[in-house]
Amino acid sequence: MTDMNIRNDEAPVIRIRDLSIAFGTHVVLDGFDMTLAKGEDLVVLGKSGSGKSVLIKCIIGLLSPDRGSIRVLEDEVTEMDHPALDRMRSRVGFLFQSNALYDSMTVRENLEFPLRRHWITLSQGEVDDMVMEALTNVGLAETVDLMPSELSGGMRKRIALARTLILKPEIILYDEPTTGLDPITSRGISDLMVEIADKYKTSSVIISHDMRCVERTSERIIMLIDGKCYRTGTYAEMSRSDDPAIMPFFQ
Amino acid sequence: MKIPKQTLAFLQESGGLARFAGRVFTEGLHPPFELSEFLRQCYLIGNKSLPLVGTTAFIMGLVLTIQLRPALLSYGVESELPYIVADAIIREIGPVITGLIFAGKIGSGIGAELGSMNVTEQIDAMEVSGTNPFRYLVVTRVLAATLMLPLLVLLSDAIAITGSFIGINIKGVMSFGLFTDEIFQFLDFTDVFPPLIKTFFFGFSVGIVGCYKGYTSSRGTEGVGRSANASVVIASMMIFLIDLIAVQITDLLGFN
Ligand SMILES: Nc1ncnc2c1ncn2[C@@H]1O[C@H](COP(=O)(O)OP(=O)(O)OP(=O)(O)O)[C@@H](O)[C@H]1O
Ligand SMILES: [Mg+2]
Repeated sequence: MTDMNIRNDEAPVIRIRDLSIAFGTHVVLDGFDMTLAKGEDLVVLGKSGSGKSVLIKCIIGLLSPDRGSIRVLEDEVTEMDHPALDRMRSRVGFLFQSNALYDSMTVRENLEFPLRRHWITLSQGEVDDMVMEALTNVGLAETVDLMPSELSGGMRKRIALARTLILKPEIILYDEPTTGLDPITSRGISDLMVEIADKYKTSSVIISHDMRCVERTSERIIMLIDGKCYRTGTYAEMSRSDDPAIMPFFQ
Repeated sequence: MKIPKQTLAFLQESGGLARFAGRVFTEGLHPPFELSEFLRQCYLIGNKSLPLVGTTAFIMGLVLTIQLRPALLSYGVESELPYIVADAIIREIGPVITGLIFAGKIGSGIGAELGSMNVTEQIDAMEVSGTNPFRYLVVTRVLAATLMLPLLVLLSDAIAITGSFIGINIKGVMSFGLFTDEIFQFLDFTDVFPPLIKTFFFGFSVGIVGCYKGYTSSRGTEGVGRSANASVVIASMMIFLIDLIAVQITDLLGFN
């Protein structure tokens, strides 16, 4: 109720309370809480298999939790019907851990795909402009007519990023944006993420193991341990921690 | 009483497949229709199987003619060779052989394609991008397979009969006019339509099995191979089952 008195741009864009999900008997998230303020860049850190990907798939509505509440841009995801989910997803970008580029389509068709939504009516010229703008943002304008199989791993990551950005989302969920890339490409992607956050005033949730990327992009870090929000703080605070559960991540 | 594990798995699988097929009707009958993707699939599916279907049909027609000839000769009804071969092709050999080739080529292709899309999260990506992946991927492919197989069967019948004409002219001489007269003199409605109708069901089962195995494949690369393989095996079995049921129905209706 107190949220009503706060100015609109101070209300959190994502608010998760008591999120729990299990696959069979395997409990992945167990009472997880998280808040993402407008304009904030938040990193979620956790061991492999701790449920980071599951967490952001719940946020975007690909998985439905067993219990708990997820509010994205003021609306409850767990109660959305399909059209409402679609509307929410056009405002929230999702970068897949595996890129998930459509390998039977060219780069251009990949980028045009999110524009197929029925309420979006654009002329061919406008579509072309949006595709070129998104590709220019990631520095790969010349690849527009190539197939994903003709690109290197780092290029594919950047094309996937361009596809995520094409609708100028207000929130971006990054699932391991730099994993498996060399330090220089990885650095380039981290810079790009910061640049995009500044340019379009987006808020983001970033999942990463790559501590250089975490240091560069995070304003705040959440430790996801045993399905809960174990601790939260800035990179500087966390790296000074002497908690045996946190220390290994920062070595 | 304890149900054996394999029986349970079989029942679960059939139930899953039936529900999946039901979803094609509930989701496929409402707009938006993915028309351009459907046409693209029709083209791809037809184009991919045409060379294989054409070659096998030609050989089947030719071989069947050469092999049946001595038997008919000994009964003194050699002149009926065109009709007998044509009838065998149209009623059974054309639909079943084409259906099996279709299952091998298209069923496995769909299973592998959707399986790898599932593993690499492309299906999730479509969902997130505001396109219903079930309509975009499954409904279009099932519909395309259902409509293209009958066309391919008609074509393969024609090619096989051409093969038969050549087979007759290897050992003897018969003009093309006489050859077609011989066929159409005896051939009627009940020879052509029941087999054509069953090919729609063949096409549907190849499409639906391929999509089901791919769309629901387990994560991981070996899941892709397994779904491609299972698609062919199950679709082929279903073709024979449908064939068996179809012959009973046409028999009951007195069309045999
Ligand atoms: N669809 C699913 N069905 C069953 N189990 C699942 C499913 N998705 C995830 N899991 C399980 O949930 C757990 C968390 O998976 P998740 O992919 O979120 O891990 P992660 O933290 O992203 O790990 P990584 O850093 O390796 O990507 C894993 O143990 C996984 O087996
Ligand atoms: Mg993950």
